[in-house]
Amino acid sequence: MSEHRHGDLSEHGHHHDNHFSDMEARVKALETLLTEKGLIDPAAIDAIVETYETKVGPRNGAGVVAKAWVDPAFAEWLRHDATAAIASLGFAGRQGEHMRAVFNTPATHNLVVCTLCSCYPWSVLGLPPVWYKAPPYRSRAVIDPRGVLAEFGLDLPADKKVRVWDSTAELRYLVVPERPDGTEGFSEAALAALVTRDSMIGTGLALSPEAVR
Amino acid sequence: MNGPHDLGGQQGFGSIAPEKDEPIFHAEWEKRALGITLSCGAFGAWTLDESRHARECLPPATYLSASYYEIWTRALETLLKRHGFATQAELDAGHGLGQGREPRGVLKAEMVADVLARGGPCDRPVEAPPRFAVGERVRTKNFNPETHTRLPRYARGRTGVVEAVQGSFVFPDDNAHGKGENPQWVYSVVFDAVEIWGDGADPSLTIALDLWESYIFPA
Repeated sequence: MSEHRHGDLSEHGHHHDNHFSDMEARVKALETLLTEKGLIDPAAIDAIVETYETKVGPRNGAGVVAKAWVDPAFAEWLRHDATAAIASLGFAGRQGEHMRAVFNTPATHNLVVCTLCSCYPWSVLGLPPVWYKAPPYRSRAVIDPRGVLAEFGLDLPADKKVRVWDSTAELRYLVVPERPDGTEGFSEAALAALVTRDSMIGTGLALSPEAVR
Repeated sequence: MNGPHDLGGQQGFGSIAPEKDEPIFHAEWEKRALGITLSCGAFGAWTLDESRHARECLPPATYLSASYYEIWTRALETLLKRHGFATQAELDAGHGLGQGREPRGVLKAEMVADVLARGGPCDRPVEAPPRFAVGERVRTKNFNPETHTRLPRYARGRTGVVEAVQGSFVFPDDNAHGKGENPQWVYSVVFDAVEIWGDGADPSLTIALDLWESYIFPA
């Protein structure tokens, strides 16, 4: 863990690697205390971690997007009742209780942020990345989205409108990116492989078939 | 409240710095912090809104220099003390020193799959019909409460258009402070960037916020 010491914030510009050694002791003390008092079950913590390390992640959302691309009836359902449409694929639960899907079009690009905390659709994207939770993204996404997107390597044409969704309530947003050109006849599985996590937040686009070849 | 969490539009935080192939966790303690926080939610002693308020009440210098799981952990310690599950002396010692409050529930490993799959829906029925209609122009409330709110500073006292009625949900401003769920209609209200950010704002940008009914008035 030597690369994660105090001071790394300025060296690497990351916001996750401060206070690491302090926190290790602090969290260990907390877990010991609560376990001794019979308030938590360490095995439950293992099960929670395993869920988000192995079962719930962006592949869930990629499946939703791929199905919307090939099945217009599903896309329509997703547009009008995303919670039910997504649940029909088996993805529901914590931080996905109330879902809304927003569709990119040739005219409009959608971007999702939570300026007040870090609301994120866990059920379809898993746990959020550090940058999504950190001040630079949360502060800038609503005032300078094009600048933010450029830092992700996404330069939108000037005539494309940008719509930012600030998740201020309990609705969790899923961006449905535009289907890439040259994917006619692709299976849902092949399409899902083109759908990145960032494309479902709006900080990226779906990959072109050439990009994954 | 105008806490350090209310980041929309603040300047000077620098670039985003996305990591290539970012791991799900950056340290073992982050895994435990996530699991402990979710487990303590099962006590049934506080709401999601009270948790959020505990996080935003951290001193700004602490909040802004902490990683997200550190923010969670520090707020959880506050909640455990406030609700009688642990004392500061116990937190300092890392061991139990006496009897604390009994929780309504303890999360066991075999319950985790069900609890996570069920989540915590926050939609609640309200008797009155929605007061605002799609297409209506509305103005947001201008206030600066010390209590919890989900109306960010940057969107107070601004005029936008209702684009959708999202349903009726628990009202966080009350629920965070033990005043009940008091559900209200929530609307998707869309603002032009120029209305929010003024001169020089990107004219091709619109911002949508989910706003509770008592946050808005006819424009």
